[in-house]
Amino acid sequence: MFKFLLEKDTWQEVFDSLSKNKLRSILTMVGVWWGILLLIGLLGSARGLENSFNVLFGDFATNSVFVWGQSTGKPFKGFQEGREVKLSLSDAKKIEENVEGIEFVLPRNQRSATVTKNFLSGSFQMAGDYPLLDKLQKKKLIHGRFINQNDIDDNKKIVVISEDAYKQLYEKDAEAIGTYLIINDINFKVVGMFDSGNVNMGPSTDMHIPFTTYQQIYNQGDRIGWMMITGKPEYDIKQIEEDSKLLLKNLNNIHPEDKRAFGSFNLGKEFSKMTGFLTGMQFLTWFVGIATLIAGVFAIGNILLITVKERTKEIGVRRALGATPFEIKRQIVVEAVFLTLVAGLFGIISGGLILILLDYLFGQGADAALVNASVSIGVVFTALLILVVLGTLIGLIPATKATSIKPIEALREE
Amino acid sequence: MLEIRQLHKSYPIGDSSLHVLKGIDLSVEKGEMVAIMGSSGSGKSTLLNIIGMLDEADEGEYILDELPIKNLTEKKAAVYRNKFLGFIFQSFNLINYKSALENVALPLYYQGMKRKERLELAMFHLEKVGLADWAKHLPKELSGGQKQRVAIARALAADPKLLLADEPTGALDTKTSHEIMDFIQHLNDEGKTILMVTHEEDIAAMCKRNVRLRDGVIIEDVKVEQVRAKLYV
Ligand SMILES: Nc1ncnc2c1ncn2[C@@H]1O[C@H](COP(=O)(O)OP(=O)(O)O)[C@@H](O)[C@H]1O
Ligand SMILES: [Mg+2]
Repeated sequence: MFKFLLEKDTWQEVFDSLSKNKLRSILTMVGVWWGILLLIGLLGSARGLENSFNVLFGDFATNSVFVWGQSTGKPFKGFQEGREVKLSLSDAKKIEENVEGIEFVLPRNQRSATVTKNFLSGSFQMAGDYPLLDKLQKKKLIHGRFINQNDIDDNKKIVVISEDAYKQLYEKDAEAIGTYLIINDINFKVVGMFDSGNVNMGPSTDMHIPFTTYQQIYNQGDRIGWMMITGKPEYDIKQIEEDSKLLLKNLNNIHPEDKRAFGSFNLGKEFSKMTGFLTGMQFLTWFVGIATLIAGVFAIGNILLITVKERTKEIGVRRALGATPFEIKRQIVVEAVFLTLVAGLFGIISGGLILILLDYLFGQGADAALVNASVSIGVVFTALLILVVLGTLIGLIPATKATSIKPIEALREE
Repeated sequence: MLEIRQLHKSYPIGDSSLHVLKGIDLSVEKGEMVAIMGSSGSGKSTLLNIIGMLDEADEGEYILDELPIKNLTEKKAAVYRNKFLGFIFQSFNLINYKSALENVALPLYYQGMKRKERLELAMFHLEKVGLADWAKHLPKELSGGQKQRVAIARALAADPKLLLADEPTGALDTKTSHEIMDFIQHLNDEGKTILMVTHEEDIAAMCKRNVRLRDGVIIEDVKVEQVRAKLYV
């Protein structure tokens, strides 16, 4: 049945009839070419935008909420209104254990610190952190490493600094890793440096020291400044925020309806606004792309239908010479599929070129608007498959038309 | 070779119908060269088209080389046309975007012959009509006479039993007409059976038998002394 596709003659016939009617063939292809170009270009850009969001926020952070203590807004169980609320490590642990859908709870402490290196000094935000932070915030380490479990266990006096801080504290091109910084009068060894170009959520921190070290030096005890709660991807972060706050109120003798006791910033909520926008954009892209494609394929069918009328005489001659209706149909369908496919391939190539151009214009550097704007090979193959199917179906219309005319009528002399 | 009995054909025209062929009896032997004559509208083309399996009779029998031609599917008709019949048209009907050689090779393509073989065979037939040097040319680069020679080569390519020509000289001037007739006579000399529609008496005179149609019936069917076209070339 499909053996004819492997025969050179089939393609020779198609090639002859298409190449000797070049203008017609090219006009025919414009619609499909444009449709695919649009589809690839838009899908790729949408993907690039999404990627850039992911790079900015990290995978886990997108389903996170920050919670910190403020002061109570209602009297409760004998306590006065206006009592200061302090979170503790055990609060973090209880949330991790009791709230449904929790992936991580990350406690943090933070203060500003005066940092000195030889004769240079500056004031920076410093935080006591766990290794997990690196995973959540996707710190881009340029040199060295981030805090590890060993540092935590041994209360090591090490620090991971931002590139900004490095620029303020070090001579140009000086090696930082392995050197010592004096942070609030205590010596810390620099073990890593990260790119501060990233827009991170929460207050920007230039110095990260082990959580336990921070605890020890500043007599923190169990108290923590704030925590970052991350939900599993399939859980709603708004629900997790509510559940966690209710639990915290319970643990700290706070009125369940007290809105002032805890401050929070729900990153997930903000993020879902953006992903919602992105999903909408992708949906729109598919819609526009496919609609254009279908219109393009219909245009091919339409033009082939017109050319079938123009070629009525030719088709009559071919049939007088012994072409069976099937052979005529087959040729017209193959022509349609071939046109659709070639147009599609050109569309994919030019769509790809546009993505390369977009990448060149907007995809460079750490804070690029588009990151790796591209479409997957799967999308490309799906598009091609759809084209073959649509091309065949649409080709059947002119093909049937071509053979519905009797050869005698096709050949009649005017 | 060819046997037709009581053939009828009408065309519907609005509510009524036009009875074009009203009981045709005709038998043609192998090697004959027959001119079907008659005034315009007398049904010559209709008869030839039925013989060519491009159209079907309403009634009557048609037997080609012992094969009854009746209720053919389009596919069967196509295969028979390809195997048994060669067509020559008044307006040549070459495919305008194919070279002379490719035009001649087309029936062989539908026979499923390999490209190389078929181009060789097509070239042989182009040589026979004296157009080997024009093989690569498109129809629009050829004169009327040359086009008709290409068409003849094409009709011969598949070595048909029967050659059907509808006014083959109708679009040509007298001199070229005679050249073409000279060719056709040579083909007949070689044994090819030829059926030709014409309304020109001098062309009919170059055949070996004249069949005259009027009002849908054969009013005359005579053997004639063939005038050789060579004398006029
Ligand atoms: N498809 C058709 N529908 C209706 N009338 C037709 C058709 N084909 C031919 N005729 C009519 O039949 C008659 C014979 O036509 P034709 O065989 O072409 O004549 P000739 O070839 O002898 O000039 C003419 O009157 C013509 O108008
Ligand atoms: Mg006629």
